[in-house]
Amino acid sequence: MKLFPVRGGVHPDYRKERTAECAIEAMPMPARLCIPLQQHIGAPAEPLVAEGERVRKGQTLAHSQGALSAPVHAPTSGRIAAITEITAPHPSALPLLTIVLESDGLDEWADLPPPIPDPLSAPPEAIRARVAEAGIVGMGGATFPSAVKLGLGTNHKLDVLVLNGAECEPYLTCDDRVMREHADEVIDGARIMAHALGAPRIVVAIESNKPQALEAMARAASAFADTDVVGVPVQYPMGSERHLTQAVTGRETPARKLTADVGVVVHNVGTARAVHHAVRFGRPLLSRVVTVSGGAIAHAKNVDVPLGTMVSELMAFCGGLAAPVQRLVNGGPMMGQPLPTPEVPVIKGTCGILALVPSETNEHRTEPCIRCGSCVTYCPCGLVPVEMAAFIRKDDLDAAARIGVMDCVSCGSCSYVCPSHIPLVHYFNYAKGSLNAQDRDRRKQSRIKEQAQVHTERIEKQAQAKREAAAAAAAARKAQQQTETNADDRASA
Amino acid sequence: MLIAVGSLAAIGVTLGTLLGVAARYLAVEENPLEAELLALLPGSQCGQCGFVGCAQYAKALAQGEAAVTQCAPGGKAVTEKLARKLGVTADLSGHEDKAPEVAFIDEAFCIGCLRCTQECSTDAIVGASKQMHTVIPDLCHGCAKCFKICPTEAISMRPIPVTLGTWHWDKPGAPAPATALH
Repeated sequence: MKLFPVRGGVHPDYRKERTAECAIEAMPMPARLCIPLQQHIGAPAEPLVAEGERVRKGQTLAHSQGALSAPVHAPTSGRIAAITEITAPHPSALPLLTIVLESDGLDEWADLPPPIPDPLSAPPEAIRARVAEAGIVGMGGATFPSAVKLGLGTNHKLDVLVLNGAECEPYLTCDDRVMREHADEVIDGARIMAHALGAPRIVVAIESNKPQALEAMARAASAFADTDVVGVPVQYPMGSERHLTQAVTGRETPARKLTADVGVVVHNVGTARAVHHAVRFGRPLLSRVVTVSGGAIAHAKNVDVPLGTMVSELMAFCGGLAAPVQRLVNGGPMMGQPLPTPEVPVIKGTCGILALVPSETNEHRTEPCIRCGSCVTYCPCGLVPVEMAAFIRKDDLDAAARIGVMDCVSCGSCSYVCPSHIPLVHYFNYAKGSLNAQDRDRRKQSRIKEQAQVHTERIEKQAQAKREAAAAAAAARKAQQQTETNADDRASA
Repeated sequence: MLIAVGSLAAIGVTLGTLLGVAARYLAVEENPLEAELLALLPGSQCGQCGFVGCAQYAKALAQGEAAVTQCAPGGKAVTEKLARKLGVTADLSGHEDKAPEVAFIDEAFCIGCLRCTQECSTDAIVGASKQMHTVIPDLCHGCAKCFKICPTEAISMRPIPVTLGTWHWDKPGAPAPATALH
């Protein structure tokens, strides 16, 4: 299959050897699970259970609220110990409403919805409803509710589903292992998703540094003429959906548009496997594969972790710490976010837990920019990081937006290559967050303006009605008086 | 000489007449600055600036009769925008820098007197007589008029909580001081 070049990008040291040959191990069920109500982009789920209630494995603990949301389920049977706030697995360390489940050790399944018979001829709505019910979100880390993404076929003409097995982040090997060990499940899930999307073709894109995964997937896909498995060049950030779309189809996604606008939808391989489980067996999303690695971890592993397991317990399962941790990262080292503490749960979007030692982090004093232009050369989005950062430093966010800061995918290539160690991507994350906040404020403001208008009009209308009523009453009184006077006149006459 | 003076005078008279006519018939009825200032204001007509509504405040601002610091719900952000638009420096020294707030009604103290609902210019408070009232945070713009009128002090102004959806990274710390290049 012909591939297309992608601009920019970097080639970080991949360091995948440490876990690439580690088969997925199942984590023993912890005694206590903390299941946050928000593990996805969108509105938090609404609890359906009360403290003290007994729940069974696979039971819905909280249902989705609104169009963009996802439910959460009990990863095992047990008792709801509390519904309380705990620290979110997020750099902000904000409190997050969480259901605390104490396992009873029985692991007893609840009644699951029946499998969808022959999903490849079932109506797409039925597949979407099942995926929504199973609480499946983008497992690559973006955690966008998958059912919503599977609905893109209704208002876009799609011709290809790209299955993202690029796994371009260093250290991470969870997708690699899933593809090697569960290739058939991934391909089946992908075929179901393509059917739901109405996409006639599937392309599984895997970076060519994973030959075993390529082979396993090619074997699983060989029976299907509409499914291709391709090895894409090893180039960070190949796993970004826009860049993968460009590499596979040659189509560049316009700024501020979706890949669906150019006829492509990208889903992660882990998501496809979860869809397979939900559709074929009625099983909701209860666990995920996490790569635990980094210089400080004693035994790096790929672990199938029940959602809600504490990161500290997961690290203990991997032999604990062999060295002091300089930085604990949720996700890969390039785009992953620092974790405030290991006392946070593993959630649906946790693809890696990295405990990095000083030699693995890139912490240096920021020096002045020498205007070498490396960031411009390496930016895979064709932006000018040096200029955007200069505007942001001077608090001119609008100028930064004019030269495209909102099109930055935060891949971190610019920060990686900067010889002066300027935290470029940090500037862009700040600017994007701040501009989004301004946009939210503007939207609220315009809603309030409309509301104030409606209020004023209503008050005026009420006053008008009151005046009219008063006038009518006065007129009636006058008429009454008139008749009375007339009657008096007649009486006296 | 005479021709030159005469032709110039003729041009002057013609153009002057044209200008006079244009000033009469093409006159802009309202100061365009007013509309621009009005767009920057919250538009919730709360009246806390001392004017009847946002339009009146914008007019006073355009005529230089009001200070840019008078908009209570707009806070620092609006003050700065107004100052930039008018090219004046805003005196923010007396300005308390606080995060945006919304009203919150403590239901234990609410007596259902309806005074706050009448005060609210955006219909953000729902409730009926002798029933508890509550605030719809999405419609509240934090003008605090209800807070001031509540007879039982059931209303408090609370900062809008930061959620995972609204949190974002802060600006990176000031970079190391530039060393002079020799």
